[in-house]
Amino acid sequence: MVRGLLLRSFPPLVALCALLALWEVLVRAFGVRAFLLPPPSAVFATGVRDAGQLASSAWVTAEAALIGFGLSAVAGVLGAVVLASSRLLERALYPYTIFLQTVPIVAVAPLLVLWFGPGQRAVAASAFIVSVFPVIANTLSGLRSVEPALRDLFRLYGARRLATLLKLELPGALPHIFTGLRIASGLAVIGAIVGEFVAGFSEGTAGLGILVLAAYRQLRTDLMFAAVLCASGLGIVLFGVVSLAGARLLRRWHPSAS
Amino acid sequence: MTPLASVPAPPATPAPSLGSGIRVRVARVHRTFPGGVEALDGVELDITPGSFVALVGPSGCGKSTLLRIIAGLDEATSGGVELVPAVGQAEAWRAPIAYVFQDAHLLPWRSVLDNAALPLELSGVSRSEREAAARQVLAQVGLGDFTARYPAELSGGMRMRVSLARALVTRPRLLLMDEPFAAVDELTRGRLDDQLRALWHELGMTVLFVTHSLSEAAWLAERVVVFSRRPARVVRDRALELPRERTAALRLEPAFAREVQVLSEVLERGGG
Repeated sequence: MVRGLLLRSFPPLVALCALLALWEVLVRAFGVRAFLLPPPSAVFATGVRDAGQLASSAWVTAEAALIGFGLSAVAGVLGAVVLASSRLLERALYPYTIFLQTVPIVAVAPLLVLWFGPGQRAVAASAFIVSVFPVIANTLSGLRSVEPALRDLFRLYGARRLATLLKLELPGALPHIFTGLRIASGLAVIGAIVGEFVAGFSEGTAGLGILVLAAYRQLRTDLMFAAVLCASGLGIVLFGVVSLAGARLLRRWHPSAS
Repeated sequence: MTPLASVPAPPATPAPSLGSGIRVRVARVHRTFPGGVEALDGVELDITPGSFVALVGPSGCGKSTLLRIIAGLDEATSGGVELVPAVGQAEAWRAPIAYVFQDAHLLPWRSVLDNAALPLELSGVSRSEREAAARQVLAQVGLGDFTARYPAELSGGMRMRVSLARALVTRPRLLLMDEPFAAVDELTRGRLDDQLRALWHELGMTVLFVTHSLSEAAWLAERVVVFSRRPARVVRDRALELPRERTAALRLEPAFAREVQVLSEVLERGGG
């Protein structure tokens, strides 16, 4: 398995190295100024030198993103269960959940500052708003896709509403729920960074979004690059953890897991 | 000192396999679906307790609808179904009906054991009790060694047997089967038919078995009811003249071929 993993990660690693080498060579050959496009070596050096600051900023962002993501997971699944409980309710409310997906978060972020004050709560709220919709939508389609024969079976044995939900609908929807959570995990980090742009100013350590803004004002493009890399790394880690959890949970029964 | 003393006394209670099925009375059942499709047109049936009855007819004729109405999963537009428990059965009335679908329809996230125990779990039986019952019934269908497996790890025939075990775990008095073995290969289907006959002998429940294979119907059942094309009416209700012991060799005997022939003619006339 480890061998397989190495073999699979070999091509993208080679591609990455080639790209970085090309970038380095071109920047040096054409004498591109560092504030426009720093060479990878400079970004790397900055990453190492400012590792402490990057790490603590990444942690601040991660915390807000995780809070937002956690809220999305809980509220998204619960919301979908409520919507799935009646066709009427779904017809009445579902169109408005789409609002959550289409809302331009940058435009709403100032509102969040008004409501929650600058700082972590507003940033987490921004992460939540951006990431809750895919959880609702996927959970709902999972709850709806239970086989009619299995519903009949539960009815035949006189299963109560709660038992049907807990023993049939929710476990059956699990693959869909994890699809929603995987999408939400990446979006939560994006939502947190955007939230920080507008609402991240507060006492204490600044998040990655603030770090990017500060580096931009000082034309520290190398630091900007390092911070952006950290942010996408954060998204990848969260995505990876959620995918792994899903694969472990669904290992024995769902084809998408194997 | 009488010579009768050497004769073994009759058992105090009748063997549980005898007469423990329930009687099913279907009275002039009509079913018209919203939208006007007429599925059943005055179906009339009286099923003796503990009998094995096959329901055959052209596909889509409404046999499944009838089964669903008997199970209480659908309602007749007019007419009704009455389930009559045998005398003294009122206490064992809980979950007297089991239903086996065309596909196994197992819960893929549950082990074989937990799948088989599901009906008991839903009616609140304790874990140790329901697991013991599930183990026993899984052993009966020949899956005693597979209790810890998951459905995805089993063959189609094995999944179907888990489904059968799940149906039998409540000791149902009426077993409704809707083309249960249609999706497995011929060889497996033959084995499953064997096993089903043996279980029926052992447990004595009433079995209603929907199929569109006439030879399967003739081999399994004591009585075959033939339905017309939709909307379904009973066109023939025939008690088969075949021995109670069914063996593989029976399929090759002229008596068996004759029964299949008769059914096939009825089906052709009634369904055509």
